[in-house]
Amino acid sequence: MSIFVDQETRLLVQGITGRDGSFHTRQMISYGTKVVAGVTPGKGGQLFDGVVPVFDTVADAVRETKPTCSVIYVPAAVAASAILEAADAGLPLVVCITEGIPVLDMTRALPFLHEHGARLIGPNCPGLISPTKGKVGIIPGNICKPGRIGVVSRSGTLTYEIIHQLTRAGHGQSTCVGIGGDPLIGTNFIQCLSAFEADPDTDAVVLIGEIGGTDEQQAAEFAQRGMTKPVIGFIAGQTAPPGRRMGHAGAIISGSSGTAAEKMAAFERAGISVMKRPADVVPLLEERL
Amino acid sequence: MNLYEYQAREILRRHGIPVPDGDVATTPDEARAIAQRLGGRVVVKAQVHAGGRGKAGGVKLATNPTEAAAHARQILGMTIKGLPVRKVLVAPAADIASESYVGMIVDRGAQRPVLMVSAAGGVDIEAVAAHTPTQIHQLAVDPRYGLLSHQALGLALTLYRDVAQARAAADIMQRLYTAFYAVGASLAEINPLATTPDGKVMALDAKIVVDDNELERRPEIAALRDPEAEAASEVAAREAGLSFIKLDGTVGCCVNGAGLAMATMDLVKYYGGEPANFLDIGGSSNPQKVVAALRIITADPSVRAILFNIFGGITRCDDVANGIVQATQQLPLKVPMVIRLTGTNEQEAVAILTRAGYTALTDMDDAVKQAVARARGKAA
Repeated sequence: MSIFVDQETRLLVQGITGRDGSFHTRQMISYGTKVVAGVTPGKGGQLFDGVVPVFDTVADAVRETKPTCSVIYVPAAVAASAILEAADAGLPLVVCITEGIPVLDMTRALPFLHEHGARLIGPNCPGLISPTKGKVGIIPGNICKPGRIGVVSRSGTLTYEIIHQLTRAGHGQSTCVGIGGDPLIGTNFIQCLSAFEADPDTDAVVLIGEIGGTDEQQAAEFAQRGMTKPVIGFIAGQTAPPGRRMGHAGAIISGSSGTAAEKMAAFERAGISVMKRPADVVPLLEERL
Repeated sequence: MNLYEYQAREILRRHGIPVPDGDVATTPDEARAIAQRLGGRVVVKAQVHAGGRGKAGGVKLATNPTEAAAHARQILGMTIKGLPVRKVLVAPAADIASESYVGMIVDRGAQRPVLMVSAAGGVDIEAVAAHTPTQIHQLAVDPRYGLLSHQALGLALTLYRDVAQARAAADIMQRLYTAFYAVGASLAEINPLATTPDGKVMALDAKIVVDDNELERRPEIAALRDPEAEAASEVAAREAGLSFIKLDGTVGCCVNGAGLAMATMDLVKYYGGEPANFLDIGGSSNPQKVVAALRIITADPSVRAILFNIFGGITRCDDVANGIVQATQQLPLKVPMVIRLTGTNEQEAVAILTRAGYTALTDMDDAVKQAVARARGKAA
């Protein structure tokens, strides 16, 4: 088992003929993901790399190829619209890689997704991977290994760093999910923790948070109340100055709220093992398994 | 992006919110002329992206145009929280009967725009929130319908007993909501929302922060940016497509990815050093970006060592290694550099760097420890 994505996932790629979309579609196919269709308006009827049918609209692609998940690699200006189109066409899972979507666009997209019963992962995220089963997004397949650790994170390369340390020490992963670095995202830590708790093939979860907002504090409360599996936590941005956006739009300390110290204290109180640095992940995990 | 008070006031005015007259001046003579036009009794306010202007002496009352010019001369030479004051707002000195607070943000938890109001205005709203949170009333607005009239009036009635004033305030709130979406704000505040002795309700001071992600599609807002208000290094970084924030330490950091960049800074601190900056070169391994990054880092005289931390996923380590070699040929370094690369094509990268005379490490902790030691002037 795994969460959200597995060998049954039938993937649609929005923006399949673009620079990023085409590169990552090839990566996902070579990893073994079933890419059943692509969408680029104006290129309907073409075949991507001679194999994947391209459609003008998501609705056409859904009718013809029955995808179960969509991944979005379109520019920021049209990404919110692409999310709405996927939900409108009935896709239950939408993963948006695009960075730089205006937050106010998301205030309007999120209620629409909710009404349509669609789950969004991201935006501004690396997507997710269930090692050897399927990859949706841009997480490098070669650093992962199948196993029983769940990974959930707000960042990209920091997640790869931690997956890499796990893999090198022999701890494979059930699923690794990047939920995104923006202030408004579709799927939060709690929803991922809850899915990992319910997954019989996940034994423990590594949660990688960062400064800004209160999602980690709420995740800590949830872990204490609603989880039997051990959780190991990390917070990036212990040295970040207040009021400055640290790359990710969501990584900003406003006033005295959203600091790393506050989040790490919430983890401690909830019984989450707190990593002080990425290299602590393996020893802390082995203590708890 | 932060807007100045005079820019925020203009946006509110265009959306039909009552704002006192006034204009911006860059010289004492301009301030004098504006004061003359306004009838003499004015307030001269420093335009700077920092709170606490009043306490710093950046807001002064003048009773005549000559005094306004004198205040402007003094304030225009000031530095408030490290930021030089280059503009002042000259506005009529209004008589104030009461001061309230009206603000809007996007709440991450509610995932909606939230309107906050308080009858305890004119002061630091964070202090009110911390000490007397019951004095703040808030409402999460459903963006599908906008701020409804009865919702705005309900909030306004927590500020004013007088129904005419409450209706005026409710109208201002609805216009503020419209302005918020129109400019792509992430924060908009009217503090204070004031009443005058004759019962008028107006916005005396305004603050707007625009979501950086909105600027590409709103060139008229992007044009309001004042490059002089930012550190030169941060302007250069933005133009090069890098995400950069200057800090006070001695270890210059160059990392791919924002989360890893923060974790790298934290690890520098963990091993007893101080990071000189946050710098995310992004997913690209374009050598020109590496050159730009190195130029920005080395322009900081407090940098004593440079640390590269690259996790090759989609980014190939050998591309970054080539970028580093090309960059250092164009820009010879005067301080030691420690390079850590791991992931995709790591072996090739190590070979490229070794040929060029650099040592490349593959472990993050080893690299950070070494960079901290080098910054202290010790051999590794």
